[in-house]
Amino acid sequence: MNEKKEPILRAENITISFGGLQALDGVSLVIYPGEILGIIGPNGAGKTTMLNIINGFYKPDKGRIIFEGRERPKKMKPDLIAAQGIARTFQNLALFSGMSALGNIMVGRTMLMHSNIFSQGLYWGFSQKEEIEHRRAAERIIDFLQIENIRRTPASMLPYGLRKRVELARALAAEPKLLLLDEPMAGMNLEEKEDIARFILDANEELGYTIALIEHDMGVVMDICDRIVVLDFGKKIAEGTADEIKADPKVIKAYLGEAGG
Amino acid sequence: MFYRECGNYKDSYASDMAIFPIPLDQYGFIIMMIFAFLVIPLTASDYWLSNIMIPFYCFGLSAIGLNILAGYAGQISIGHAAFMAVGAYASLILYGRYGIPLIPSILGGGLISSAVGTIFGLPSLRIKGFYLAIATLASQFIIQWIIVHWQWVSGGVFGTVETPDMQIFGLLINTPVKKYFLTLGWVVVLAIVAKNLVRGQLGRNWQAIRDVDYAAEIIGVNLYKDKLIAFAVSTFYAGISGSLITFCYYGAANIEEFHVMVSFALLGMIIIGGLGTILGSFFGAGFFVLLPIGINQVLGNFMAVVPSEILSNLEAIIFGGLIVLFLIVEPYGMARLWHTIKDKMRLWPFPY
Repeated sequence: MNEKKEPILRAENITISFGGLQALDGVSLVIYPGEILGIIGPNGAGKTTMLNIINGFYKPDKGRIIFEGRERPKKMKPDLIAAQGIARTFQNLALFSGMSALGNIMVGRTMLMHSNIFSQGLYWGFSQKEEIEHRRAAERIIDFLQIENIRRTPASMLPYGLRKRVELARALAAEPKLLLLDEPMAGMNLEEKEDIARFILDANEELGYTIALIEHDMGVVMDICDRIVVLDFGKKIAEGTADEIKADPKVIKAYLGEAGG
Repeated sequence: MFYRECGNYKDSYASDMAIFPIPLDQYGFIIMMIFAFLVIPLTASDYWLSNIMIPFYCFGLSAIGLNILAGYAGQISIGHAAFMAVGAYASLILYGRYGIPLIPSILGGGLISSAVGTIFGLPSLRIKGFYLAIATLASQFIIQWIIVHWQWVSGGVFGTVETPDMQIFGLLINTPVKKYFLTLGWVVVLAIVAKNLVRGQLGRNWQAIRDVDYAAEIIGVNLYKDKLIAFAVSTFYAGISGSLITFCYYGAANIEEFHVMVSFALLGMIIIGGLGTILGSFFGAGFFVLLPIGINQVLGNFMAVVPSEILSNLEAIIFGGLIVLFLIVEPYGMARLWHTIKDKMRLWPFPY
C-alpha cells in the first residue's frame, strides 16, 4: 500500500447528529482499492454510524461521499448504492432466517441476475440457465468459506459462529467493490476468530476484495489491517498503520484514559 | 413405496434445483395429475365436481396468491376477497358485454385485479405489519363499496351479474365436467408458474424482504419494486380465481360472495396450510372447503337424536375447534407436517 493510488471511496467532512447527539463530527476518511481498513474506537465513537453512512442507511447532515470518483447524490436509496458495489454485514446478525444458508447467499447475487418476472415464471430456458450460473458462483463462495455441509440448513437453525460466516458469504456473493464488515468477530472464541481472520485475509489477497472493518479485538485489527482509523466521540483522532496507532498518545488516552489520573 | 433418498446423488445443479428432485416425487406428481385429469372427472358425480372440486381449486388458487403476498413477501392482506371480486366482475363484463373470448376475458379479469391490487399495495411502501393489515382491510371495504354503488359494474345494491353461456372456440362449456377442466387447467398452469416464481430470484427477494427488510435493501433488493410485484402477482391470482369461481361455480357475480369473511377464510387457509409454501395453499383450501362438508356428513347421522338448530351450530363449533387444535399441534401448517413425514421416511423403518 505504499504506492499512491486513487481512493475507491472518499468520505469528506461527514457530520451527522441524532437529536442532540452529535454522532459524527467532521470525519473524513479514504479507502484505497485492495486494502483492509480497520475502524476502531471505544463504544459510541460512531463507527457503525460511519458504515451506515457509507452504505446509504443514514444520510449525513453535512459532508459528501465520493465513490469511484463520482459524488453520491444526497438522497440515494441503499439498494442503488449496493448496485454501485458496496456490500456489508451487520453487527447484530441480519440473516434471512426463513431461508437456507444457500438461499441467503443467492439473495446476495440478486443484483447480478437479470431475468424478468415472465422468464422466471416460465423458468425453463433463460431463467434456469441464469440460476445455474449463479448457483455455481454461490457454490464457489460456499467452498471458499467452508460451509458446504450447512448449505441446506435454515439460517434460523445455525449456530452463531456459522451465521456470521453465512452473512459474510452473502456479502461476498454480491461481488462488491467495497466490503464493509461490522464486527465480524464479535462474540466468537479464539479459534473462530482466527478462522474469520483467515477468511478476511484470503478474501482480500486471493479474491481481491477491498475491505473496511470494525472490530474490537485489537490483536486481530493490528494483525490484519493495512491501515487503521481511530474514532472517538464522533471525531477522527488518529489514522495510520498499526505501529503508528499503537504509539499515538491520543489513541492511548482514548482507550486507557489520562496518564497519572 | 416410501422410498426417499438417503444421500445426495445429484450430479448437476439443474437436478438439484428441480421442483421434484427425486424420481418418486415425479411419479407422485404424474399420478396426482392423472388422478385430477382422468380419475376424478370420470368417477365423481356432478355434485362433487361442481360443488366441491371447483371451489376447492379456486380457493386453492386464491390461497396461492395470498401466500405469495403474505407467506413469501410478508405483506399481510385482509382484503383479498375484494380482489377476487374485482377479477370476477371485470372478466364478466369483458366477456358478457364486450364479447371478448373467454380465456382472454379471464386473463383480463386477473390483469385488472392486478392493476387495482398494485394501487392498494402502495401503502406497503411506507407501513408494515399490523398497520398494513388494517390498510388492506380498508381496501376490502373500499372496493366492496365501489362495486356495489357503481351501477355500471354491478347493477346496484341488489344487483347480480349473471354469467352468460361460456364458449371456447364454439365449444359450449355447460357441463360440470367441462367447467371442471377449465378450472383445473388454469390452476395447474398457475400453480406451476407460482412455484417457479418463488424458487427463483424474485421468490428469494420476497423472502428476504419478509425476514429482514433493511438487510435486503442493503444487499441490493429494490424494496418498492419487489413489494409491488408481490401485490401485483398476488392479486392477479386472486382475480383469476375470482373470475373462475364466478364462471364455473356461482354462475353469477354477487358481492356477497366476496365478503370480508372470505378474506379471513383465505388467511386461515394459508396459515393452516403452511405459510410460504405453494403446496400448503391447496392443503389449506382443502381444509376449509372439504372439512366442513365432511363434518356435515358425519353430523347428518345424528339428525334423529339432536335438534337441527344445535346441529348446524355444532358444525361451526367442531370446525373452529379443529382449527385451534391443528394450530396447537402443528403451528407451521400442514405443509410442514408433510415435510416432516418425508424427512422421517428417509430412514424409515430403521431410523438409526
